[in-house]
Amino acid sequence: MAIVTDTEHGHAGHERPTGWARWLTATNHKDIGTLYLWFSFVMFLTGGVMALGIRAELFQPGLQFWQPELFNQLTTQHGLIMVFGAIMPAFTGMANWMLPLMIGAPDMAFARMNNWSFWLLPPAALLLIISFLVPGGAASAGWTLYAPLSTQMGMGMDFTIFAIHIMGISSIMGSINIIVTILNLRAPGMTMAKMPMFAWASLITAYLIIAVMPVLAGVVTMVLTDRHFGTHFFNAAGGGDPVLYQHVFWFFGHPEVYIMALPAFGIVSHILPTFARKPLFGYASMVYATSSIALLSFMVWAHHMFTTGMPATAQLFFMYATMLIAVPTGVKVFNWIATLWQGSISFETPMLFAIGFVCLFTVGGLSGVTLSIAAVDIQLQDTYYVVAHFHYVLVAGALFSLFAAVYYWFPKMTGRMYNEKLGKLHFWWSLVWFNVTFFPMHFLGLAGMPRRIPDYALQFTSFNEVASVGSFCFGLGQLIFLFNMLWSIRKGEPAPAKPWEGADTLEWQIPSPAPYHSFAEAPELEVGENGAIRGMKGGAHH
Amino acid sequence: MSFLRVSTIALLASPLVARASQLNLQTPVTDTAREVYDLHTLLLVVTAAIFVVVFSVMFYALFKHRKAAGHQARLFHENTTVEIIWTVIPFLILAGMAWPATRVILEQKSTRGEDMTIKVTGYQWKWRYDYLDANFGFVSHLATPNAAIANDGAKGEHYLLEVDEPLVVPTGRKVRLLITANDVIHAWWVPALGVKQDAVPGFVRDAWFKVDQPGVYRGQCAELCGKDHGFMPIVVDARSPADYDKWLAAKKAAAAANVDDPNKVWTLADLNARGEKVYQQNCVACHLANGQGVPGAFPALAASKIATGDIAAHIGIVLHGSKKNPAMAAWGTQLSDTDLAAVITYERNAWGNNTGQAVQPKDVKAARGAKS
Repeated sequence: MAIVTDTEHGHAGHERPTGWARWLTATNHKDIGTLYLWFSFVMFLTGGVMALGIRAELFQPGLQFWQPELFNQLTTQHGLIMVFGAIMPAFTGMANWMLPLMIGAPDMAFARMNNWSFWLLPPAALLLIISFLVPGGAASAGWTLYAPLSTQMGMGMDFTIFAIHIMGISSIMGSINIIVTILNLRAPGMTMAKMPMFAWASLITAYLIIAVMPVLAGVVTMVLTDRHFGTHFFNAAGGGDPVLYQHVFWFFGHPEVYIMALPAFGIVSHILPTFARKPLFGYASMVYATSSIALLSFMVWAHHMFTTGMPATAQLFFMYATMLIAVPTGVKVFNWIATLWQGSISFETPMLFAIGFVCLFTVGGLSGVTLSIAAVDIQLQDTYYVVAHFHYVLVAGALFSLFAAVYYWFPKMTGRMYNEKLGKLHFWWSLVWFNVTFFPMHFLGLAGMPRRIPDYALQFTSFNEVASVGSFCFGLGQLIFLFNMLWSIRKGEPAPAKPWEGADTLEWQIPSPAPYHSFAEAPELEVGENGAIRGMKGGAHH
Repeated sequence: MSFLRVSTIALLASPLVARASQLNLQTPVTDTAREVYDLHTLLLVVTAAIFVVVFSVMFYALFKHRKAAGHQARLFHENTTVEIIWTVIPFLILAGMAWPATRVILEQKSTRGEDMTIKVTGYQWKWRYDYLDANFGFVSHLATPNAAIANDGAKGEHYLLEVDEPLVVPTGRKVRLLITANDVIHAWWVPALGVKQDAVPGFVRDAWFKVDQPGVYRGQCAELCGKDHGFMPIVVDARSPADYDKWLAAKKAAAAANVDDPNKVWTLADLNARGEKVYQQNCVACHLANGQGVPGAFPALAASKIATGDIAAHIGIVLHGSKKNPAMAAWGTQLSDTDLAAVITYERNAWGNNTGQAVQPKDVKAARGAKS
């Protein structure tokens, strides 16, 4: 394998900007990936602090810290920031960093558009945050922004709508880039049927984003015109229908759930085989399962609306369709377990997070099956049971898989190893306090505590206290991660090209840190399933 | 399934688990709620079994097939037969769950054959109940004092789950609810009855329940409906049919006795006294007891241009709501002319707004007429 390891010398005709201009004008997929990842981490901390504000208020019954208005603003912005500011950009950042390396491409297909799609995000985030300061405060209608409540709000709602538009444009551009890169820039030998699962998951997710972000843009624009131009889309007195908002929103919102889950499935499908030293079990059925989950996700939106008063036949259709999603999701979980079965398993931090992901995502999946049964959902809709359910799939699912990914690829990104002891501490700390925070919420929901209330009846006190203590510890634990990253970037042990014995995809064939310009010439690859590299010729770096 | 219910209730109701209602769904008091309870128990048993099987296999592998234990990886990576098996088996399990669920859903949605009908209207932030067969109605507000919420006073047993006027219903009769809302979407939810139904402004949805045993059952609004979403409880007081009839007769008589003469001319002091009560029930949520409002969101009334300036403009905004601020409700549809006259008078004279002006019911009536 002819690999050019010289990373120091510039390249004729490429003047590489330095300092702040390197980042502001970045067109290199690695720089942009880094920007995305840091941005989403900052947003994760911002949204996290808001969550702690919520949990502080709910520690005891009565109003301690916030008035109900501010409490509602905190819940709303916590949701929006975590979904659009933390989780989605983190996956896009990971795709930016890793996709070209995994498929043998020199960069993303549209490097300048890539710069623009990142730099749209900070202003959008700024809009959300400064909306706390405008008269009436930030939007406080929940992250779902249901009309007609959202048509009542002050100008904070307009800021939020504008921010959603901008973030939507950003994620659509990111998706176009991912799709075109995967379809057009694969190195010879890297066929679609052999592509790494992370590439498959990112590709399918990108299609989902392109399909549904315009729907979200449409529905918030309808709110905007209802607010200012008297269009009455959602005002029954003017011929509109408030429930229409929910149908359109959830036509976006349900696939959005999978936009935040499918890339996680892809990441875990690399980490489990690596540390089990065994190929992924059932590669083909993984691809089919991922695609069928994506397709089904468009047919189940109204399961968020079982209490709106839809007819029995509609309830039954959406219930059956929702239950069906458990089949391909089950296939994925079984395949992961079969991957571990008869492996030679070791427990480095990425593996711990990946196993944690499989365990807790399964718990979230099982409570999802319970919620899919419309008759039971009637009791649980809009309670803390739902809060528990979606945090099991979004924190233990999306977030844990992102931690797994960052630890897994950290050596490739920085050329240094992270601190294993701190990594393990971060995992166990997060695992314990995550469960302390969110497991009691199942009980709160069953016992009848509605979500989004700033104060609660006395019988809910003990579990709320437990959840609040858990949340503060969980939040504190993320500083371990931050410290580990900052310290290891400077002082970590130098990493070899392939730090993981069982890793076999293309990115591990190039030096660590990945050269600034990798695969300037396309390599010739001999590829097995799930992107496993069996042979490679050419592929210069500088 | 009833065996499952009896055994779980027996387990949870044992003194060992003093807070039974906090680990599972609330004790059901209607057939539908009981069926939902059973269905949830069934789901819990099935999902717990799946959990145990899946996790046993995984943890067995994690433990036995460790590199540290010297296990060598076997490099198999597909097996069509097992992949088909574990697609088909979950499908069959799901079908087994869907069957009983379908039956419960059809029953939940069957609102025909009712014995009586009550119209429920959600307002920001209170519930109105209209007994359509008896032709009368009332509004139900949170009864927990503000001091308790602000931690300045003791919290009672039913903190945040108590109202001034509960919904009284007879036992053993099928009560059909017609549910709607006046401003934004609310949801009427009483867990023990197994009813949760969104109240959608401009649309009427229905739901039903039939309570077996007399008792007081408590619930809350379940759809985020703005600032005081957490403060609009629902209390259903189920009484025997005889007690219910007595209550209804007394309630109707009291309502008839309380009808105001719209042409009566009130003194300023009487208007102020009544206005303060109306203000406490309806306006205090946004404009606060001291009339200071919430900066940025709800304007102050103390020393405000509206409450000290032109009377007609003041009446107009209270009657018809504010064009500029959709959060200000149109109270003309909710309060009587006398109540409106009283509260407007109160606002013009409280918190140092000493205008000394009295607004009479006939002024409000005239303003209503002028607009329509």
